Amino acid sequence: MKAIELKNIVKTYSTKKETITAVDEVSFSVDEGEIFGLIGPDGAGKTSVFRILTTLLLADSGKANVLGFDVVNNFKEIRDIIGYMPGRFSLYQDLTVEENLEFFATIFNTTIEENYNLIADIYKQLEPFKTRRAGKLSGGMKQKLALSCALIHKPKILFLDEPTTGVDPVSRKELWEMLKRLKSQGITILVSTPYMDEAKQCDRIALMQKGKILQIDTPQNVVNEFGKNLYAVHSENMFPLLIDLREYPQTESCFAFGDKHHLTLKDETFDISELEKHLIARGHSNLTLKKIEPEIEDCFMQLMKAHPSEGVLRTTLPKGKGFKKLKTS
Amino acid sequence: MNKEIVIKTDKLTKKFGDFIAANEVTFEVYKGEIFGFLGANGAGKTTAMKMLIGISKPSYGNANIAGFDVYKQTEQIKKNIGYMSQKFSLYEDLTVRENVQLFGGIYGLSDKEIESKSGELINKLGMQQEADKLVSSLPLGWKQKLSFSIAIFHSPKIVFLDEPTGGVDPVTRRQFWDMIYEAAHNGITVFVTTHYMDEAEYCDRVSIMVDGVIKALDSPKKLKEQHNAKSMDEVFLMLARGAKRGE
Repeated sequence: MKAIELKNIVKTYSTKKETITAVDEVSFSVDEGEIFGLIGPDGAGKTSVFRILTTLLLADSGKANVLGFDVVNNFKEIRDIIGYMPGRFSLYQDLTVEENLEFFATIFNTTIEENYNLIADIYKQLEPFKTRRAGKLSGGMKQKLALSCALIHKPKILFLDEPTTGVDPVSRKELWEMLKRLKSQGITILVSTPYMDEAKQCDRIALMQKGKILQIDTPQNVVNEFGKNLYAVHSENMFPLLIDLREYPQTESCFAFGDKHHLTLKDETFDISELEKHLIARGHSNLTLKKIEPEIEDCFMQLMKAHPSEGVLRTTLPKGKGFKKLKTS
Repeated sequence: MNKEIVIKTDKLTKKFGDFIAANEVTFEVYKGEIFGFLGANGAGKTTAMKMLIGISKPSYGNANIAGFDVYKQTEQIKKNIGYMSQKFSLYEDLTVRENVQLFGGIYGLSDKEIESKSGELINKLGMQQEADKLVSSLPLGWKQKLSFSIAIFHSPKIVFLDEPTGGVDPVTRRQFWDMIYEAAHNGITVFVTTHYMDEAEYCDRVSIMVDGVIKALDSPKKLKEQHNAKSMDEVFLMLARGAKRGE
């Protein structure tokens, strides 16, 4: 049995003026014990998928089930066996840390003691503040409490909607370590994130954009299917380099990626040393140009191009501001 | 490099009771620089930023922003800076054009200036078709680009950006940074916070705050050399892992 299964799920939201398709014929399935990631920016439809699967929202059409239970007909059974941490903090602000946790344990007919081992790692950090009201906690602490509350009834499946958004890199890393421990205890995890670099922490991922799934696979297979040579280019002056690379006739795409620019070429047989000569002639120093393996973000951007949606690729970069002009300033 | 100083702080400190949110923060930012202000959640970034933009009074220490004092000249500071955050951006139930006009007016531009500059801004963003649509109907990435353009509409000396790219798709995120580069190239100093460590690499210099104190400040290249790290992500993890306090 699949832990989660969706078939042709559609969800639209209508206002007086227009109808927005938030989820557009989405189908995927998640195996038991898997960490499955929905990766995509705001507006991709991730939260709507979460709300449909957690039985909080009805789809317009399509079918979905969780551990064999239908999200419409068997919603009560589903609610008993899942834990859900929404993107927005939704615990009781006026209850203390301990009261919130006890409340969640009680409504699921269990006690904090019974499943304490499951939350011990996270809750230990909260215990010094257990008499503090939830509303008075810091963002990071709220997140830890929300996760504890979602876990206290030992759910079979955990739904985490953007648990790392707005969270610093250290806490993000800790959270992913935590999720791996939960996975090792047999819990299936569906998690969403707008941070593409987190994709590789998942067993499989679905890349989503504007309600549609662009690709579903393991992170490694997504990377393998990039299908083009990708080059990382670096020089002393990175912004002029970006402009020169974009204006180069052989360039297909060029984007900044941290301390490198990632480049694909129109013609794969093109001799890359020609480009190197060109850039040196343009005055770039300490130039490095080498072939690299793509990251998930490269793949996502390539897929976005293959599924152009309105406006996304409109560029704002001024034309004709090459190296020379910038250099003289 | 032009070393004209536009932000200068000296032991800038903010206490809430016994809690020292920002502890003797001292640094300088130069004109036209892209300055990345990094730190873990709760490190004191927001507190420091609020003092810099003149909306929170320091407990002690000094700071000078665009030539104005954070104790006595907060109104002048506000006129000479731009600010945008991830949360508050624009008035959703006004159109694109109305938002531009409103903020132009707030910053004291003349009707004539607003008229000519707002057309220019809308053309540059390629939003001619959307100019008379409500801001609420725009995708997040567009809102953020518009919001940034409006934050620099009155040609401020410094623009403060508080996590401007959170949740934005990868292509738009890069277009946003193109705009930042351009603004800096035109002499506007950019002071930016972000949780994307690849974006830290785009900054001229970066400071990393841990537990209210600036733990490191240098160019990304030098920080990586100093910490023998391959990426800014590694540098950040090394410095911030030891943080004692949460948010």
